[in-house]
Amino acid sequence: MYEPDNDDAASLIHYLLYLGDNALVLSQRNSAWCGHGPVLEQDIAITNISLDLIGQARSFYQYAASLEGKEVTEDTLAYLRGERAYYNCLLLELPNGDWGHTILRQFFFSVFQQQLYKQLLPSKDSTIAAIAEKSLKEVAYHVRWSSEWVIRLGDGTEESQARMEKALVALWAYTGEFFQPAEYELAAAREGIGPVVAALQPGWWQQVQEVLAEATLQAPEQGKTWMQTGGKTGRHTEHMGYLLAEMQYLQRAYPGATW
Amino acid sequence: MSVQELEQLFQAKVDQEIKIEPKDWMPDAYRKTLVRQISQHAHSEIVGMLPEGNWISRAPTLKRKAILLAKVQDEAGHGLYLYSAVETLGTTRNQTIEDLHSGKAKYSSIFNYPTLTWADIGAVGWLVDGAAILNQVMLCRTSYGPYARAMVRICKEESFHQRQGFDILLQLSQGTPEQKAMCQDAINRWWWPSLMMFGPKDGESTHSDQSMTWKIKRKSNDELRQQFVDMIVEQAKILHMTLPDPELKWNEARGHYDFGEIDWVEFWNVVKGNGPCNKERLQARRDAWEEGAWVREAAAAHAAKRKDRQAQQVA
Repeated sequence: MYEPDNDDAASLIHYLLYLGDNALVLSQRNSAWCGHGPVLEQDIAITNISLDLIGQARSFYQYAASLEGKEVTEDTLAYLRGERAYYNCLLLELPNGDWGHTILRQFFFSVFQQQLYKQLLPSKDSTIAAIAEKSLKEVAYHVRWSSEWVIRLGDGTEESQARMEKALVALWAYTGEFFQPAEYELAAAREGIGPVVAALQPGWWQQVQEVLAEATLQAPEQGKTWMQTGGKTGRHTEHMGYLLAEMQYLQRAYPGATW
Repeated sequence: MSVQELEQLFQAKVDQEIKIEPKDWMPDAYRKTLVRQISQHAHSEIVGMLPEGNWISRAPTLKRKAILLAKVQDEAGHGLYLYSAVETLGTTRNQTIEDLHSGKAKYSSIFNYPTLTWADIGAVGWLVDGAAILNQVMLCRTSYGPYARAMVRICKEESFHQRQGFDILLQLSQGTPEQKAMCQDAINRWWWPSLMMFGPKDGESTHSDQSMTWKIKRKSNDELRQQFVDMIVEQAKILHMTLPDPELKWNEARGHYDFGEIDWVEFWNVVKGNGPCNKERLQARRDAWEEGAWVREAAAAHAAKRKDRQAQQVA
């Protein structure tokens, strides 16, 4: 059984927050589609993904809270941290844009999440491994669903293709961050808790390329785009403050109340 | 067989509690009434997602957020079953949805009221879903088979919805003074609109008599409303909250609670489109539909391309 010392514990908590924040922030974004989707079946599907992600976030936060002890709970972690203490990738906090943007973001992220969670299965930390195992079933569906939609929209009408091309341009620069490790990811890799994230890139790229090709979309040239980073260390886009202000409103307005 | 004989046969089946199925002969007016009622019900599920959806992004805990998301998603599922039930009567989902967007079809007026605070999510679950359940439990025995079966599935989920609404209010009722006030305020605002959900008084309801004969409906508006009042008054005691009606009083002789008169002027105004959110709700549905048009077109175009390619491969 893996037992962290103090520094390692802090780093592990950061790592768990990173994993949880990715899931929560994308869940929050996707949930805005609930009741507004382009067709009822897909309204249900995106809400389902949102639900899966919030479930994953809760698992990571609950574990982090148990390590922190004291008065910390999944909700204090989600609702009482400011934007500088959130570690999600920037891609996930970007506004939804149209359905094409939302789909493409989901696709990029789900493929990444699948690669990452697979590598968390052999984690020395058995709780993380268990969360990854449970979540992988969900993520497999997210990958399938979002891939199918990328293909449908890329290889659909002229308009849908143009919209997907636009989404590609807009979102591509935010995909590099997945593979640029933060300090806590390097520590996790050293301890055998998580993978070397840079090593996930080729597998991700392979899968993304295949789907983009089937979608008749031009894959961006590798290494040509300046990649935006910062989210993993708490340096976010301007959108993040509004996302949290909305999400955290009740907990901030009524400190200490139970809901 | 003459139409009269067919009608007699139809009514005999209804009287013997044999369900009417899609391929059975049915009077045109029965079909029309069902299409109107089931599509109105479907639209209510879909439009009903909006006032509750309004609080998904701001739900106060992760657990509440997950429950609310699941609940609103259930409503979408209910809409799907019901649109399918309408399709068994020969009206396509697209046609039914167009009728909503054009204003021709109605949905439950309750969703034209705003959800102003988190407590409203509790009040909607407790009162609005509570009222809806009484109607839906009755509809589980409605004479049209596909509608009755859809209702059985829906009722199972709705009772969970009502409990979660009550649970939100229960928590608030035991909370800080601000939370208690929030709880009472939401109940005050949702009580009368909830009573309105059962529709006009029995004497003034246009479709009621025929629907009872056809066993589409099995209880009158006023019967259901009374049942609702009797149920809610007892539950309100657990919350230590009051209902905003000075005339509310137990009537020993009737064995029911007496209650005050609904503001029928408000009722008819909201029905006619003058409620606080009528325009926003319909606009939100139209926007979702119009902004999603390119997605539906792309999906259709892609499916057609696939089919062509497969046909070519076979050839």
